[in-house]
Amino acid sequence: MKHHLILKVITKFMVGVIVLFGLYVQFHGDYSPGGGFQAGVIIAAAFILYGIVMGLENVQKVMPIWFAQKSAAVGVLLYALTGVFSIFFGFEFLNYYAISPEHPKHGQHYGIILVELGVGITVTFVMIAIYYSFAGRTPRLDDKEW
Amino acid sequence: MVLVTIAIMALTLKHLFAVIMLSGAFSLVSAMLFVVMDAVDVAFTEAAVGAGVSTVLMLATMALTVRVQKETKRPIIFPLAVVCLVGVLLIYGTLDMPNFGTFDSPAQLHLGSTYLSITYKDMGIPNVVTGILASYRGYDTLGETVVVLTAGLGVILLLSGLKGRKDKE
Repeated sequence: MKHHLILKVITKFMVGVIVLFGLYVQFHGDYSPGGGFQAGVIIAAAFILYGIVMGLENVQKVMPIWFAQKSAAVGVLLYALTGVFSIFFGFEFLNYYAISPEHPKHGQHYGIILVELGVGITVTFVMIAIYYSFAGRTPRLDDKEW
Repeated sequence: MVLVTIAIMALTLKHLFAVIMLSGAFSLVSAMLFVVMDAVDVAFTEAAVGAGVSTVLMLATMALTVRVQKETKRPIIFPLAVVCLVGVLLIYGTLDMPNFGTFDSPAQLHLGSTYLSITYKDMGIPNVVTGILASYRGYDTLGETVVVLTAGLGVILLLSGLKGRKDKE
């Protein structure tokens, strides 16, 4: 994709917008439609778009393979630790009232944001890692070969 | 109607690049269908995963394998009959379902209305879907996240493991 100037310019502009929209879906998930999973795939789609247009080497400068693969586990860890946190304070697993017992609603709020963040992190990096492992095996093709 | 047209076009074409692009278009149209039915979060997912990520992954797979579908020798009458029969049965099954958005359908009467009435009282957030997913059904969502991680790990192990072995040889 050496000569697709218009695609490159539009992509540079769009990637920021897509990631911003993904973050909005992530952190506004308790007010508007969406949540961790949707936000994760949207952010991953931004990176994959960048990878297609700019080439795999360039996107891997921004997001190295090892970082994507290791961060995928961090999301699940964050989710599970949120649950374990409430066990330590004498509540059931994943009972978010434990986070602030004086304000139960605030506790639920923080808990949901943390948990959705965990889902979002896992989904984003799993999608990117899957894309890397597919695209890393594909030989570089000229436009004509398609 | 558009969905049916795209599906028939994808079936008749032999060139896999066009078929993959059509399946992406199919996902995008069904995402619009979800928006029309007020399931915006499902539409997000369908547009991003179905039309975006999976199209890219299928293209990457196609680049590794062949471009054109093989000609089949076997007669298609029996598979066609099975597909038509299943389709008729599925449509027959929908006849018993309540109409979309009916007030007295079972989905609206039992658990749905309970969640609608208690979510805001319990946690003070307006999005009931998020409330159910993250709080009432927290275990399920944890399980789903683990499933996503496991699927990703499987793909990473299968694909990059082979590459490493080839490098060593």
